[in-house]
Amino acid sequence: MKGQPLIVGAGPAGIRAAQALVAAGLRPLVVDEAPACGGQIYRQRLIPDGRSSRDLYGSEASKAEALHRDFAALDGRLDYWPQALLWNLRDGRADIMVEGTSRQVAYDGLVLATGATDRTLPVPGWTLPGVFTLGGAQIALKSQGCAIGSRIVFLGSGPLLYLVAWQYMKAGAKVAAVLDTAPFSAKFNLLRGLPLFPGIVLRGMRMTAELKLGGVALHYGVGDVRIEGASTVAAIAWRQDGLEHRLACDGIGYGLALRSETQAADLAGCRFAFNTRDRAALPERDAAGRTSVPGVYITGDGAGIAGADAAERAGERAALALLQDRGLPHDAARAATLEAELARIGRFRAVLEAAFPFPAHWMKDIADTTTLCRCEEVNAGEVRAAIANFGVHELNRLKAVSRVGMGRCQGRVCGAAAAELLAHETNRGIEAVGRLRSQAPLKPVPLTLALTAQQEAAE
Amino acid sequence: MPLLHRLVRADHPAIPFTLDGAPCEGRAGDTVLTAILTHSERLRLSEFSASPRAGFCQMGACQDCWVVLESGERLRACSTALTVGMHIVTRRARAV
Repeated sequence: MKGQPLIVGAGPAGIRAAQALVAAGLRPLVVDEAPACGGQIYRQRLIPDGRSSRDLYGSEASKAEALHRDFAALDGRLDYWPQALLWNLRDGRADIMVEGTSRQVAYDGLVLATGATDRTLPVPGWTLPGVFTLGGAQIALKSQGCAIGSRIVFLGSGPLLYLVAWQYMKAGAKVAAVLDTAPFSAKFNLLRGLPLFPGIVLRGMRMTAELKLGGVALHYGVGDVRIEGASTVAAIAWRQDGLEHRLACDGIGYGLALRSETQAADLAGCRFAFNTRDRAALPERDAAGRTSVPGVYITGDGAGIAGADAAERAGERAALALLQDRGLPHDAARAATLEAELARIGRFRAVLEAAFPFPAHWMKDIADTTTLCRCEEVNAGEVRAAIANFGVHELNRLKAVSRVGMGRCQGRVCGAAAAELLAHETNRGIEAVGRLRSQAPLKPVPLTLALTAQQEAAE
Repeated sequence: MPLLHRLVRADHPAIPFTLDGAPCEGRAGDTVLTAILTHSERLRLSEFSASPRAGFCQMGACQDCWVVLESGERLRACSTALTVGMHIVTRRARAV
């Protein structure tokens, strides 16, 4: 008798994985932190607010509706725990916090669809109220119907930069400027993407044109960024072409593309390898999403940044692999089609990376006084001193001696910056400094939670 | 000055709560983060330098938005729905 597969995450990858498993007659358990399915990109509001799908998801409205509808149609044929936090994996069992209680689940097959969060690098003033990630700014607007300010600047790199700025402008918020950390010339790379996905490239160009027409200043090649303010954001200053610029604002959306959430894969024992494109250690996987651990599959942005369209396909592909590995009938032709589509998206992803490059060089010039770790409030100077004084060459050692990445977020926010700084200070490539090991609980849980779990085990 | 500006849901049913003892009103559909930041400019003071913080990622990853209720219960403001009668404290949390 085979047990129940566990799917972690109900975004586009998790939903399509669930659908494929249910179609094959399995009954997966889907756990997701959000109150409703959709992940971050297709996140749903807590209650209706008079806006349409088109208002919320724009050109992607039909995809969002299809995912929400298809997942709802699985009701009764799977187990679904919303607002549930997977906080540990050990010995083929998952510890999941749901409604304040910890429940332990023995799974047979694990599909990780844990998604991504914004990647950032520290800049002076980035802890000030009014600074949110691009994803955070988008959630405020989409899910809560709020603007993050009355005069907003969007800063960073990546397609989300222009998308969120455009969404804010369309929603009637005042967007003061878009500050792109890449030079304008980088955008010519998008022309190479035209044959692959002309619709996406043209949509991006249209958004940029509409921002300009809407009176939003677009600045390229922005560097040496400083966010100013006493108790909240008051202004942003930067250098561009050797000249100093400054703009008053009361809200900033900031992000440098995305980073994968890989902690669950780490606890599952998956082997990691450095990925040059994402500048991060990622779980090793084959084209179907099989990790180094039999029965553990990784899919969607949690496996490497590829976007929502890829996540839908990767989720279904991983589910087909699970079926195949169980000796169940699976559609090999469909699997091949999905892999071909994923490869095509992967080629486009390389184009986007060239058009929206990550400014890793920022870290070599970071001021000693800039807060690097937001949780433990460790600044760049303290990190530099720790690296020098303790002869640190590895990220977990750096964490032990400096507390960088030791706080509540477990390095989700500062990990990329700490790795870049360690690589620079020790004159090595980023791939040589290691990766932060994940620890249970993967996110903060109440102390009383462990007690409940022990009581259940004792009974 | 509030940090967040409502574009929709302004006429949704009111949800009363208190913020550092002062009576406030959120709206049905608010997270705790939205309810606080449409009244205030911060969620908390940081543990080490007491600098103001107001969340960052709004998706449960950065852990920057933990607030305390008068009962001592801690909650992550971005991923908790506002409920009637919450007594929220944003002043520096002291160990009890």
